[in-house]
Amino acid sequence: MAVVSRGFGARRREQDPALPPGQYLTTDFPVLSAGPTPHLHAGEWELEVRTETGARRTWSWEELLALPQEDVRTDIHCVTRWSKLGTRWRGVAVDTLLEGVETTAAFTTVHCYGGYTTNVPLADLVDGKAWIATEFEGAPLPDEHGGPARLLVPHLYFWKSAKWVRGLVLTETDEPGFWERNGYHLYGDPWREQRYW
Amino acid sequence: MTGPHPPRPGAGTPAGRPPVDGNAAAGLLGEVLAVEVTTAVAECRGCGAHAPLAQAVVEVDAAGALVRCRGCTRTLLTVLHVPGGVRLEVGCLAALTGAAPTGGAPGAGG
Amino acid sequence: MSGWLAARVAEVVPASASGRVLVLDVPGWPGNLAGQHLDLRLTAEDGYQAVRSYSVASVGAGERVELAVDEVPDGEVSPYLVQDVRPGDVLEVRGPLGRYFVWQPEDPGPVQLVAGGSGVVPLVAMVRAHAAARSPAPFRLLCSVRTPADAFYRPELEALVDDAFRLDWVWTRAAPPGWPGTPGRLTAAGLAAAALPPEAGPTVYVCGPTGFVEAAASLLVAAGHPPGRIRTERFGGS
Repeated sequence: MAVVSRGFGARRREQDPALPPGQYLTTDFPVLSAGPTPHLHAGEWELEVRTETGARRTWSWEELLALPQEDVRTDIHCVTRWSKLGTRWRGVAVDTLLEGVETTAAFTTVHCYGGYTTNVPLADLVDGKAWIATEFEGAPLPDEHGGPARLLVPHLYFWKSAKWVRGLVLTETDEPGFWERNGYHLYGDPWREQRYW
Repeated sequence: MTGPHPPRPGAGTPAGRPPVDGNAAAGLLGEVLAVEVTTAVAECRGCGAHAPLAQAVVEVDAAGALVRCRGCTRTLLTVLHVPGGVRLEVGCLAALTGAAPTGGAPGAGG
Repeated sequence: MSGWLAARVAEVVPASASGRVLVLDVPGWPGNLAGQHLDLRLTAEDGYQAVRSYSVASVGAGERVELAVDEVPDGEVSPYLVQDVRPGDVLEVRGPLGRYFVWQPEDPGPVQLVAGGSGVVPLVAMVRAHAAARSPAPFRLLCSVRTPADAFYRPELEALVDDAFRLDWVWTRAAPPGWPGTPGRLTAAGLAAAALPPEAGPTVYVCGPTGFVEAAASLLVAAGHPPGRIRTERFGGS
């Protein structure tokens, strides 16, 4: 077996408690995408919320920016093992978009420009847990990081924070999205290392 | 054009030290790949770049190594220590082309 | 057993204000090329392990392997290697590793070496190999260090200077007494004054901490060296 080296081990360091199991702290912001970056003009951009009955509500870019905005400082954790602590975002709380929406649905499917989808329980998008983010670190969200707007749901693995978000559809059953159909966990809690099926 | 953001104050913890490159992952990757790793050319599915793994952005920690494309920062692959061995998780690596390792001894040719 | 070899510490030699040369006896070591590195593994009594990569200063056949380790404050491994390890201790090594950052005497072309701090170690192996082979290939080493007390291998490198090997120092914090100019980081002008120009077609090897390598590589590219002729090796000390 391995050779023990005399006197080694006194200076070992504990894992940073802010990091979920199996994660690394990264100093930059890696890009992770399932496909190419869609390019959108502000004039063609639209965000939709649709309930399980088909009732729709939409916002243009200007209408989205006219809603109450929040500043968020949070940690994000990618399933490919990098984490960034203390990232700063600005956007509209999903709670704001759902004000007055009547639903009995417990789940959502998130749709994006370019065709990406992911699924998130409705309870994980409300009560201050999620935003439609349009700014990152004080500047407009770059294209390759999901600009002009992405979903931000930082308490789950970052593949759930769908880039180029187009709409939230409320569903009565939990419908696996793109990565969830391809081996990734339906829920995706980093603190329970729910990476894969 | 957006590039990597500068390190945040407080990101200078041990795990937050600046990334190194593929040279540092040669030993660990050699546990799972038989080709000579540092000169093996990796093709990134995200941006199409071809580059020797020596040039990849690599973050090494006690758990293993995160290997990312220097061109676009997407994760190419992750290699981790697991009980009883090593686990290679393939990310955006589209292809890897490498040469069989020759002996390291001088005069061994290649 | 995944290639780990037992390495007995044969000698420890103070080498700089914060560093040491370690000479290891490694039965089974197959020899190594100039620029290669090894992984070094330490195991504590309770089974905890740490692995770090170190460049090899020695080159050629034989089972004696020479490393030079710079102590990183608050590091986990380097303080152990620089302060605690003594002759007779046993460590484990795996290698030699790497064929990207390698120079061999069969290469006839000119070579520009650029080192930051302890990044000089693999380049020392290359300079040693160049001298041992009496290679006529033009070799230059530009070494950036904080102060003379921080320089590894300075007397040996100075002694190897000849028509085929030129050595230049960049002192970033304090220069030796009588040194012309003021201390400071490597600049475009400094590079132009000391390094082989792009027209000479050198292969360039840059080694050091990540920040140094990025800065030096940018200067080299800006000076006109094709990126494809610049080989880099970055490390992060701990």
